[in-house]
Amino acid sequence: MDRIIEIENISFRYDEGEDGQAPEKALDGLSLSIERGSFVAVTGSNGSGKSTLAKHLNALLIPSEGRVLVDGMDTADEELIWEIRRRVGMVFQNPDNQLVSSVAEDDVAFGAENLGIPSAEIRERVDRALKAVGMYDQRKKGAHLLSGGQKQRIAIAGILAMGPECIVLDEPTAMLDPRGRADLMETLKALNADGKTIILITHFMEEAALADRMIVMDRGRLAMDGSPREVFKESERLKELRLELPFTIELASRLRAAGLDIPEDVLYEEELAKAICALK
Amino acid sequence: MAIKDITLGQYYPSESLIHRLDPRTKIIGTLLFMVSIFLVKSFTGFALSSALLLAVILLSKIPFGYIARGLKPVLFIIILTFTMNLLMTPGEVIAKFWIISVTREGLTRSVLLGIRLVLLIFSSSILTLATKPMSLTDGLDSLLSPLRKIGFPAHEITMMMTIAIRFIPTLMDETDKIMKAQTARGADFESGSLMQRARAMIPLLIPLFVSAFRIAADLAMAMEARCYRGGDGRTRMNPMRFSKSDTAAFIILGVYFALVIFLRSRGL
Repeated sequence: MDRIIEIENISFRYDEGEDGQAPEKALDGLSLSIERGSFVAVTGSNGSGKSTLAKHLNALLIPSEGRVLVDGMDTADEELIWEIRRRVGMVFQNPDNQLVSSVAEDDVAFGAENLGIPSAEIRERVDRALKAVGMYDQRKKGAHLLSGGQKQRIAIAGILAMGPECIVLDEPTAMLDPRGRADLMETLKALNADGKTIILITHFMEEAALADRMIVMDRGRLAMDGSPREVFKESERLKELRLELPFTIELASRLRAAGLDIPEDVLYEEELAKAICALK
Repeated sequence: MAIKDITLGQYYPSESLIHRLDPRTKIIGTLLFMVSIFLVKSFTGFALSSALLLAVILLSKIPFGYIARGLKPVLFIIILTFTMNLLMTPGEVIAKFWIISVTREGLTRSVLLGIRLVLLIFSSSILTLATKPMSLTDGLDSLLSPLRKIGFPAHEITMMMTIAIRFIPTLMDETDKIMKAQTARGADFESGSLMQRARAMIPLLIPLFVSAFRIAADLAMAMEARCYRGGDGRTRMNPMRFSKSDTAAFIILGVYFALVIFLRSRGL
C-alpha cells in the first residue's frame, strides 16, 4: 500500500538540561511507516516519546540519527521543509496557544496566507475548511469567545485550508471537556473518511480504540503495533506499560473473571452490551 | 475581574459607511485631521473642523456617549490647561475676584485650547471605535510597508501588534488564575500601603512572565508548523481595496484642508 510517512530507525535526544547531564534518548531506534488514508493512534505513558515522535513528522524536530520521509521527502532537507509542513499539518495540545488571530476565520486563513495563495482561493478554502469542521456559523466570532473544543476545530480548519495530506494531532483533547472531546473525535472520523491520513497522539484509550491502527510507545521505542482489538487483547502487557484499559474492556475482563461467557475481542460499548444480552 | 466580557480595544461594531472605509483611509484621515487642528487658530476654523467631525460621528452611527467616554482619562489635563491659560495669560482684565483675574486674551486662548484637545481626542476615538483592531494593524502594515526598503521591520511590528491583541484575553485569564492560586496560598493583593501592594505583585508577575514565555514558545512552534516565514510571499484573504467611498473621503478631506489653510492665511 501507498505509504505517506516512513520513519527509518530514528533516534533523538533533547539538549542537555541545566545540570549538564545529557537526558535519555527521547526516541531510540524507532522505525515505522504510516499508510495513506489510515487513522493511527499513538499512545504511551508520559515520557514515552509520543509527542517527540509527532514533532518529527513535520520537521519541527529533525532526528539525530536515522531519517523521516514524508511522501519521499527527507525532513532533514531544509529546502523541502515548507512543502513537508504543508502536507503534514499539526494541531497542538493547548487550544489557546496556537491561534494567531483574534477572529476565527482570520486564523483559519493564516496558514493559507503563508503559502502565498491568491486571495479569492483562500476565501474559498477557508469556507470549505470551516464547513468541514462544522464551524462555519461561528466564523466571525472572537477567538477568546470560543470553547476549547471549538478552538481545536478552528485549529484543524486552519490546517485543512492549507490542503494537507495528513493531520497530526498532539493530544488535542487533553484540555477539553467530554463534550468537546466527543465532537472532536467525530470531526476526525469524518476527515479520515474524506481521505485524510490522521495521526492522533493521545493518552485516552477510548480515543485510541476508534482508530484503525494503534501504536503503543515505551521509552522511545515501539512497544506494540496493531489494530486496537489486537492491542487491547494483551491487557497484561498494557498494564506493564502503565496504560489503562478502556472501561468496556476492563468491564468485559472482570465479567469473564467472574465466570461469564464474554468473547475476548469485545471493544466497543455496543458490542459489550450485545454480548451481555446474548448471555442467556 | 470580569475577563470574558472584556472588549478588545474599544471597537464599536456597526456596518456604517465610516466602518466600511479602508483602514488606511481612516488612519491617514485621522492624522490629517489632527494636523489641521493645530493649524486652526480661530473660532471660524474650529467651527469648520467641528462640523466635519460631527458629520463623521453621525455617519459612523456610534452613540455620542461612547465617543465622549474617551475624554474621561484626560479630563483632568483638559481642565488644568484650561484654568492655567485662563488665569495666567496677561492682557485686558475683564473680571477680577480677590487676586484672581481673567483676561480677554486668556479666555479666548483657553477656550480655543479646550476645543482643540476635545477635537483631538474625539477624532482618535472615532478611529479606534470604527475600525477593528485587526484592520487597524493591517492598515498600518500596508502604510508602513514602503519603509521596509530602508530596513524598517514593518511586517514584524504589525504581526507583533496582531499577536498582542490576540493574547490580551489569554493573558488576562492567566493573571486571574495565578491571582486565585496565590490568594489561596495566603497572598494579599488588596490591603496594605502602596509599597506593600507593589511588593505583593511580585508573586503575580513572575509566574505571569514565565507563562507568557511558555505561550510564546508554543505559539512560535504552531506558527512555524503552519509555514509562517515572515512577511515575504504572504498573501491576504481580504486584501484591502480602495472603494468609491474612500476616494470621496479623500476629496472631502482635501477640500477641508484647503479651507483650513485658506482661513489661516486670512488670519481667521
